[in-house]
Formats: sequence, structure tokens, C-alpha cells
Amino acid sequence: MLDIVWLLPALPLLGFGLLLLVGRRLGDPRAGWLATTLVAGSFAVAAVVCAGLYLRSPHDRVFVQTLFDWIPVGGLHIPVAFRVDQLSITMALFVTGVSTLIHLYSIGYMHGDDRFPTFFVYLNLFVFSMLMLVLADNFVLTFLGWEGVGACSYFLISFWFERNTAAVAGKKAFVTNRVGDFGFLLGMFLIFAHLGSLDYGTVFGHVSSLSTSTATAIGLLLFLGAVGKSAQLPLYIWLPDAMEGPTPVSALIHAATMVTAGVFLMARIHPILFHGPDTLTVIAVIGAATDFYAATIACAQNDIKKVLAYSTISQLGYMFLAIGSGAYVAAIFHMITHAFFKALLFLGAGSVMHGMHDEQDMKKMGALRKWMPITAGTFIVAWLAIAGVPPFSGFWSKDEILINAWDKSAVLWAVGAITALLTAYYMSRQVFMVFFGNARWQEAADAKEPQEAEAQAEHEPAAAEGTADEHGGKDEHGAHGDFRPHESPWTMALPLVALAGLSAVGGALNLPINKSTEFLTKWLEPLFGSSLHEVTASTGTKWLLFAVTLVLVLIGIGLARAVYLAHRIPEDDLEPSVLRHAWYFDAFISALVDGPGRLLGAWTAYVFDLKVIDGAVNGVATLVRDTGGTVRRIQTGFVRNYALAIAAGALALFAFVVFRTA
Amino acid sequence: MTVPGAWYLTLAAFLFVIGAVGLLVRRNVLVMFMCVELMLNAVNLTFVTFARMLDDIGGQVIVFFVLVVAAAEVVVGLGIIVAIFRRRAGATADDISLLKG
Repeated sequence: MLDIVWLLPALPLLGFGLLLLVGRRLGDPRAGWLATTLVAGSFAVAAVVCAGLYLRSPHDRVFVQTLFDWIPVGGLHIPVAFRVDQLSITMALFVTGVSTLIHLYSIGYMHGDDRFPTFFVYLNLFVFSMLMLVLADNFVLTFLGWEGVGACSYFLISFWFERNTAAVAGKKAFVTNRVGDFGFLLGMFLIFAHLGSLDYGTVFGHVSSLSTSTATAIGLLLFLGAVGKSAQLPLYIWLPDAMEGPTPVSALIHAATMVTAGVFLMARIHPILFHGPDTLTVIAVIGAATDFYAATIACAQNDIKKVLAYSTISQLGYMFLAIGSGAYVAAIFHMITHAFFKALLFLGAGSVMHGMHDEQDMKKMGALRKWMPITAGTFIVAWLAIAGVPPFSGFWSKDEILINAWDKSAVLWAVGAITALLTAYYMSRQVFMVFFGNARWQEAADAKEPQEAEAQAEHEPAAAEGTADEHGGKDEHGAHGDFRPHESPWTMALPLVALAGLSAVGGALNLPINKSTEFLTKWLEPLFGSSLHEVTASTGTKWLLFAVTLVLVLIGIGLARAVYLAHRIPEDDLEPSVLRHAWYFDAFISALVDGPGRLLGAWTAYVFDLKVIDGAVNGVATLVRDTGGTVRRIQTGFVRNYALAIAAGALALFAFVVFRTA
Repeated sequence: MTVPGAWYLTLAAFLFVIGAVGLLVRRNVLVMFMCVELMLNAVNLTFVTFARMLDDIGGQVIVFFVLVVAAAEVVVGLGIIVAIFRRRAGATADDISLLKG
């Protein structure tokens, strides 16, 4: 049963190849169905492999399949090999599962786009890369997938490259990720320099031969890679801009799967982190800081997708907080539940935009639950899940992280708990602004020329506010004369319903009632072994923390209700400009690169390059020319001069021989 | 009565010195050329003498090589001299420095 694991990445790769060759001929929507079928097949394979793994005994759940030698260089052999264990197969299951639903959703969402088949080419390539990343048995193959998802993310963010903002956002994501990748590469080099191998089995088996400082250095370098990919402070800046891509991309890549690669990598290298425990503290602090920081920004955004983007960064911060606390299972648990509810939130946002003719400004929405009942219902489930209201899935995973954080440090717990309040607040704010209250879209539509709804996307005043509008050739919706939100087709609604179900009951994966209901812990515990942190807090403390968090969540929801539903507090008081501009971090980076960065570049180009580099090259030439100019005088052209020189040389040799022997 | 080997060697040394000094002091290209031949043959004589004294045929073999090289050299050298005579009246070595660096 486990032997078929190679099919897991092979099916999306096949889809990529097929669509590349015949995608245009298949066209809209058959290309989408082909892609969806193959990814669904991949999900089925993952389920079979998972079942096969489950049937083995708990301590024998590692299976390595080597396909062929990829890079043989001297003593270094990098095979294409897959490592099937609890961690990789859990990741593979939810990656393929969520991907299948998003593929299905994309068929409806991308309908009518000029480059419909191309979109699915990228999506399949993305799933392939992600599966390579997850299943790889060595760092190099993981890095292949790592770069693959990076490249796909670049293609997909700038999918509508006719728009300058999309092209720029793609570039930004690419460049920011490079910074992280450099850490990943250096980490790999360091591992190879000390252990002479990059296979996971060999490296983790010999981790104890590393000194603690080396292990810490490796851990920190690899964490730098994770910071880039998983959008943590300070490399988070690409993710909010990545919302320029089509909404299914935001859901697939920037919420559910790709950004979790960093968390996955940290879980994968847990023996190294265990050996250099200082790294864990750094991870926990960065995680908590990002968590809080991104949540504050999310409270003041008006773009429906930007709120979700910052919320993703914040939730990823929770996962890193868990990793830093040694709670790998909690991190993975939250990763899975987050994949469910965040994919749902993004797809719901996409559905809202689809129904609202590409409107993204929440100030121009309201009362949409009457027109889009399925979207509203599923979105509300996701809201309750992410806000941490029991018994929805997000509550259980967040609670587990917070208890582990309490064990690590009370300060970390406090930051996490405050963030829980903020999370509940900004998500409630979004739900109230979009689905409840007064319908504000009618005035917004009346403000525009009502008969020119087709051109609405271009004339959108909101675009000036940096909330770029999204239009993907779905012009037929704009052809209706009157402006009225509408529900989305079934290919879009079905994934919403499925994900809503998963978001509601996802907590059942790891219910902390007693040992037997903690399925995920039981499943993953043998893998992490002693790296896994055992919760030491007493049951009473747990209940207290649980109650405090719940109260904070309710305060958050209540506050949002007072502001955005009852209008008892003016909205602008709670949306200061510093938060609306994301603490001016982007502006700061721009100023840094444009000011000192540009100066450094200019100095390098006009001083260092001109004087030192060119000076060295020209200096060698001058030296040779001047020497030649001096020495050429010896060559007089007179034969007798040469003869004299030869005679003198012969005499000198003769004298040397004679006097040496004498 | 046989002539001792040392005499031949002395003769060869005299011939070589005559050639070398001639090459250095004369300006006429043809005479310089003859001086070079003189030096070459002085060396040939030395080779033959040693071949006889040491009873080793190797010395005589080398002489043939030298003769062949000398013949080739004469061809090239005389060709150059003829070419020079075509272009200018005399052939004084100190007047010609075409390859000056």
C-alpha cells in the first residue's frame, strides 16, 4: 500500500504536463476538470498511504521510497526519495484535500478568464511542488519543492500581470522570499559541512555529534528560511500584497498550504531544534510578536482580503509560538484547522467579491446575508472557528497552543491571549461590516453611473485607496443593468459547504477530554518523541486559562458589535491611521532601501566598482605595458648586439663551470 | 705515429675562437655567416675527436645532424642575404635593424 506514494506528486505533475500540452485545446472548463480530477486522485492516494501507515505498529511508521539518484557528485548522492511518516502524510492529506476543493472552486471563479487553462497549469505545478516539499527525504529535495512553490506563487500572484500592482506584488513576494531562501541554503551548507550528508535519516541520527552552538546556528538559519516562506516578522511584507492574485490563489497558497511550509520545516527538523534549544526561544518570541503585530493591523483594514491576509500572518505567528514552546502537535493541529477555516474565509471573500461585481471595500458592503445565504452561513462558521468560540475547530487548537505557551512563559501566553481578543474583534468587525448592518452597496452603486456597470471595475474609486480591484474577464456579470449581489454557482458553493463542515468539527481531531480522544497527539507522538513538550500546568490552571481566553474572545466580539453594529463608538477612533498603514513598516522598508540602500548601491557602482574593481583590472594592464616599454630597449635589432650577448652568456657559463669545479 | 687527440681539440678550440671573434668584430654579413660555419665545424671536429678517443660512435652521429642543420641554415641565411642585396646596395650588419623593439 505504501509503495504507491510516488503517485502522490506524480499525478499533479502529469496534470501539469498534460495541461501544458493540450490545455488550450481543452479550454474552459474542461482543463479545470482535468486538473481537479488529478488532484483529487492525489488525495485518494494520500488517504490510501495514510491508511497503510496506520496499519503499521506506532514505532515502525517510517517508510522511505527511493526512486533514482538525482545528483551524484563524488561522495555526495542526492536521491529522489520520499519519506512517508506521520508528519509528511498528515501534511500531504490536508494539502491535497484543501487543494482539491480550491481547484473545484476555481472552475467557477475563473470561468470566462482568457487564460483559464494556464491558471490550472500553475495550480497543478504548485500542488506538485508542495508535495515534493512535504514528502522529500532530504534537504535538497525539500528545497526543490520550496523553490517550486515560491516560483508558482510568483506566477499566480502576478497572474493578471496586465495590472501593474499585480506584477509588482509578484516581484515583491519573489524578492522577499529570496532573503529567507538564503538562510535555508546556508543552513543546508552548515549541515553538510558538519555531517557530510543531507538525508533526513542520517542527519537526525547524528544530531548529537553536533555542538550545541552549531545546532543553534543551523536552527536559526533554517528558521530564517521559514520566516520568509511563512511570512513572519520582519519578512511578512510580501503576503498582504500577494492578495493581488486571484482569490483562489490567496486561499490555496497564502492561507492554507504554502505559508505552512515554514511551520512544517520547523517540525521536520525538531531533533536539531531540540539539540540547540536557544532557537526555540527565538522562534517563540518571533511567533508571539508577529501574532500580536499582524492582529493589530488587521483591526484597521477595509479591504476584505487584506484583513484575511493579516489574519493569516497572525495565525502563522500562533503556530510558531507553538513550535517555540515545543508543542509541535499543537502547531500541526492549528495548521490543519487554520487550513480549513482560512481557506473557507478566503473562498467566502471570493464569493462575496464575485457576487458584488469585484467590490473589495468592506465599507461598501453590508447586509449581504440576505442575498448570499450560503456564503454568509459558511463565512459565519469560519468566523466562529477563527475567533475561537467553542466548539468550533479554532478554539481547540488555539487553546492548546496557549496552554503550551503558558508553560514556556507567562508573557508569551499573555501576548497570545491578547491576540485572541484582537482576532475575535477584527473577524467580528469583518463579518458585521460585510453580512450584517445596513446595505451600503446600493448608495455606492448609485454614486456611479448605474447604466455603465460594465466599466465599474475600472472606475472603482476604491482603487485609489490601495485596495486594488479584481477583475478577471468576468464581464458578463457586469452586463446586468441593476446592481444586485447574487449567490455563486454550485462549483463555488460546494467547497464552501465542505470546508464549513470541516471548520466546525475539525477540533474533533484532538479533543483534550482524555488521552483516547487526542487522536492527533497519539498519531504524531512517536514521531516527535522527547522533543515534544509535556504540558505541566495543572488541570485547574488549564481551566482558568481556558476561561480567561474565552472571556477575552467574548469581549472582542462584544466590542466589535458595539462599534460596527450598534454604532455606539465612532469607528474612526478604533482605526488609527498608524494601524491602517500597517505601522508604516512598508514605508520604512521603502525609505530604507531608497535612502541608505540606494546610497550604498551608488557607492558600489560609482566608487567601489570604478576604483577598486576596474582599478585592479586596469592596473594589471598598465603594469604589463610599462614593463614592456622599459624592457623593449634591449631588443635593438642589431645582429651583432645579440651575438655579443650570446658570447657573454657563453663565457659566463664557461666561467661558472670552470670555477665551480676548481 | 698517430696525432694525439689533444691536438685536434686545441685546433678545434682555435677555430671556434676565430669564428666567435670574427662574428663579433666583422660587419659584413657574408663574412659573419662564414664565421658561424667555422664555429659549427669546430664543434664538429670536437665531436669526431671525442668519438675516436672514447670509442663511441655517438659523436659521429651528432656530426651528421649538425651538418644537416647547417645545410638548412645556410639555405635560409643565404636566402635572407640575397633578399637584402636586392633591396639595398651593401650588406653591413650595423645598417640593418628592422626588428628593433
